[in-house]
Amino acid sequence: MTSYRLGAPADGSGNGLNRAHPLTFTFDGRSYKGFEGDTLASALLANDQMLMGRSFKYHRPRGPVTAGSSEPNALMTIGTGARGEPNVRATVAELYEGLTAVSQNRWPSLSTDFGAVNGLFGPLLGAGFYYKTFMWPAMFWEKIYEPLIRKAAGLGKLAMQADPDRYEKAWAHCDLLVIGSGPAGLMAALAAGRAGARVIIADEGFQLGGSLLSESVSVGGVSAADFARSTVEELTSLANVTLMPRTTIFGWYDDMVFGAVERVQKHVGTPSPDLPMERLWRIAAKRAILASGAEERPLVFGGNDKPGVMTASAMRTYLNRYSVSAGTKVAVFTNGGSGYRTAADLSASGVTVSAIIDARAQSSDVVPEGVRVIRSGAVVDTKGRLRLDGLIAERSGFQEQIECDALAMAGGWSPVVHLMCQRGAKPVWSDDAQAFMAPDVGAAFIAAGSAAGCDTIAACLKDGAEKGAALCLALGFSSYAANIPEVEGDYDPAFAPLWYVPGAKDKAFVDFQNDVHVSDLGIAQREGFGHIEHTKRYTTAGMATDQGKLGNVNTIGIVAGMRGVSPAEIGTTTFRPFYTPVSFGALAGTSRGEHAAPVRTSPLHDWAKKNGATFVEAGLWHRSAWFAREGEKGWRDSVDREVLNVRHNAGLCDVSTLGKIEIFGTGAAEFLNRVYSNAFLKLPVGKARYGLMLREDGMIFDDGTTSRLAENHYVMTTTTAYAGEVMAHLEFASQTFWPELDVRFVSATDQWAQMSLAGPKARAIMSRVVEDDISDAAFPYLAAKTVTLRGGLKARLFRISFSGELAYELAVPAGYGEAVADAIMEAGRDEGICAYGVEALNVLRVEKGFITHSEIDGRTTADDLGYGKMMGMNKPDFIGKRLSSRFGLTAADRAQLVGLKPIEADKEFKAGAHLLKEGASPSMASDQGWVSSVCHSPTLGHMIGLAMLKSGRERYGEKILVWDGLRGSEVVAEVCSPVFVDPDNRKLQG
Amino acid sequence: MASLITCPHCGTRPKEEFSIRGAALRRPDPAASDEVWQAYVYVRDNPKGRYQEYWHHAAGCRRWLVVERDNFSHEVFGVVDAGGAAETKSQARAGE
Ligand SMILES: [Zn+2]
Repeated sequence: MTSYRLGAPADGSGNGLNRAHPLTFTFDGRSYKGFEGDTLASALLANDQMLMGRSFKYHRPRGPVTAGSSEPNALMTIGTGARGEPNVRATVAELYEGLTAVSQNRWPSLSTDFGAVNGLFGPLLGAGFYYKTFMWPAMFWEKIYEPLIRKAAGLGKLAMQADPDRYEKAWAHCDLLVIGSGPAGLMAALAAGRAGARVIIADEGFQLGGSLLSESVSVGGVSAADFARSTVEELTSLANVTLMPRTTIFGWYDDMVFGAVERVQKHVGTPSPDLPMERLWRIAAKRAILASGAEERPLVFGGNDKPGVMTASAMRTYLNRYSVSAGTKVAVFTNGGSGYRTAADLSASGVTVSAIIDARAQSSDVVPEGVRVIRSGAVVDTKGRLRLDGLIAERSGFQEQIECDALAMAGGWSPVVHLMCQRGAKPVWSDDAQAFMAPDVGAAFIAAGSAAGCDTIAACLKDGAEKGAALCLALGFSSYAANIPEVEGDYDPAFAPLWYVPGAKDKAFVDFQNDVHVSDLGIAQREGFGHIEHTKRYTTAGMATDQGKLGNVNTIGIVAGMRGVSPAEIGTTTFRPFYTPVSFGALAGTSRGEHAAPVRTSPLHDWAKKNGATFVEAGLWHRSAWFAREGEKGWRDSVDREVLNVRHNAGLCDVSTLGKIEIFGTGAAEFLNRVYSNAFLKLPVGKARYGLMLREDGMIFDDGTTSRLAENHYVMTTTTAYAGEVMAHLEFASQTFWPELDVRFVSATDQWAQMSLAGPKARAIMSRVVEDDISDAAFPYLAAKTVTLRGGLKARLFRISFSGELAYELAVPAGYGEAVADAIMEAGRDEGICAYGVEALNVLRVEKGFITHSEIDGRTTADDLGYGKMMGMNKPDFIGKRLSSRFGLTAADRAQLVGLKPIEADKEFKAGAHLLKEGASPSMASDQGWVSSVCHSPTLGHMIGLAMLKSGRERYGEKILVWDGLRGSEVVAEVCSPVFVDPDNRKLQG
Repeated sequence: MASLITCPHCGTRPKEEFSIRGAALRRPDPAASDEVWQAYVYVRDNPKGRYQEYWHHAAGCRRWLVVERDNFSHEVFGVVDAGGAAETKSQARAGE
């Protein structure tokens, strides 16, 4: 037996365990017992299981070196199956009944790991080994080195099943956010809470109290842990204070917003389906106090990574909070008071302390009775394989073996200042404190307690109380003078820096998880990677999952020593969120699977579905693409049938996804005249007009029809894709260009079900549904009116066409859409009506030479696409007018819209292909244009295309090479008019 | 992860509710010179520091705003309604 659980203290106080509530758990298949209040690490230590993991590179056996979230070694996979989570730090994992943990990075078992053979090749695996060893031959990298490294590397394994749990996101708001619930945090929260401020106090731990739970002092006449409990009780009783245990504040963002993750059910054996597993918080705080404490630094000496070697404060936490002794015979290696305090606490608990090895020549620390002190001493080597078994201490060249099965190391303190350094400010080196201190980031966010450099618990209590009160005063709350309790039995944690013990035989580690040792840092300096950011990347120091929380300051101190400068001159690497790893589940929240993006369905979605539609995603929309019928072998069969049926009979298509914007106001006509390139001032009531909108650079932005329903009421349609952009564009123009024009906009896209009825029989069918006279005389091409449907429903009818056929678009309130579409299908049954989808819609428009955003691609002008006469150049102003006449946009050799048809009717080409003169070799110089849209035309019986071709309108009849380098095809095509069907618009006007 | 913008109409809201258009430039007079129009459409300062931008409160009041902020520190100095700003400017010009 080495590490073990102590008996319950006689007074029942002094630790956070609930011995009345024993728990059973397993580690690597073996069953163990622990108590409620244990972490997985403390429970394993209580069961004499010090070996908890293997290191990343050398697979060295490792035990916990901390008792907190900076732990680099004791990483394991907790949970099974889909809930298996790798790389959980056992030192913060709350024990629960039935917890299943498995060790990582070892094979076949934790105690026998063949990967440890890497350690024998240590000299080959030094800093930069990736860059050197695997340099050449190049092909070896992909085929041999990388697969080998991938196999050997990696800590835990991800579960490959879908995560069964839910996650959510939330906002919180407060006057004061207190980060950390140790002595400073609790007092700050108390001062602010009593003053009436809205307070949130968050702590990553599952019990609030921080170091108060771990130290043997008494506060206000009771144990520190009892003081923490009673303070938490008072805070809980205050309605204006929110306590958030199990919540890590992981980032500080703009405008005093803090990111936090709350582990709602990570500590529950059988999670409730009614609660999220984790909750991601954004906390908007008026003021914040960083009371995150200080991290004890390990000492860097040969063999400092043996299981059983841990920081002195960690050993005290295991002892005082969890009643676990790390060993039966414990040695202490220290450069300050913390080591003496650990020795004293162990002694008081009846644990043998074999020696205190103090690097300093003298100190005034109290030596526990009967404990030997080796002053000016150092540990130069450690014994044992899977567990520390003795050490070699040296003083003035004299070496002796000290018996021990655990070693506490106390290397001084580093304030935990990460959060304050995440927005660009760098921590500031203090020669007095021999540590990097929090930077000044303004009055809204300040550090308190040991995060601010306070050394004793008494100082932390006072600092927290005062700063909490001061911030509340600044926010206008009355100051509340918190009574600061007396502390008895505090110790002086002062220390003298000791960055590195020379003369090590074994490796002296600075970054335990990534196996970076002192000589790696030396290699980096020698090979020109001296800048600390370079040293980090060359050696990987600080790049493991713990992000160097434990090792970075030692790295900097050692590099400073190697270069003979102050750590201030070396500086730190960059601090970035997240403070500790945050799960993807928490970051994704509810945005996963089908909820990753909203789905927009048309009011006619169910109508389309029951008519056999296959849907296609267009942005967020699911649009009906085609309506397959029995016997059709593929989508082309359906589309060809739908197109021909529209050309010969009639078809009904859902066009509800087009953007619809209602426009009102006495200035609406003038406004439209300025946002469209063509004239809109004199559009009569009851008429629709096709319009082009330009960007200010003269290129086309979007197109659509706008109808005047009343003197000061218009309805605009936009393309499906640009509905949002056009709305924002109109608002921008109205609000910033011409605020004097009286015009207002309402997006009504989702309020209307809109359907296009197209084909020679469209009028016959529509007149069975509409009461009004829709004869050509009464309702000619481009008419737009409110009509009454048979049955009394008011609807909007537009005689517009995107197919070249006689066509109507009928808009009805969304809820009536399906019923009206059904009625039209019924009314057209004898005429052979069919439903048609966006694929057929596209074929119909390509056959007719109508444009979409395949042609309006941001590079084309109105004239390029054959709409030159829609440029109302005699208007005083419209968006895009001024730059549309500039040099380059009017050049004669600009690419112009043309049609293409293959010379051999069975040949095919695709959109994206380039156009070349016959015989020209493909190059930028010989490029003549590109194909924008293609389709098989069932009307013509062969493939057709729309293309942009240099001076294209002058080149009808010319043969051109359609060159598709990407797909490796060449087809000769004839240049023709882009209007393949009914060029005289006889069907349209009929 | 987060930024807050205080809309003059809606109050303090997360940045996700807004979309940014870029430099808050005044549209030139239609008769202004080629150089003026070319600069308006194509030329942008790229300062490190204070910058005025058009922000659209797209998921809020749908008003266009002028946000003055430091594009290095993200400190926001002021948010005004772009229409209001235009009015103020034209009034100022009228008063000159
Ligand atoms: Zn707003």
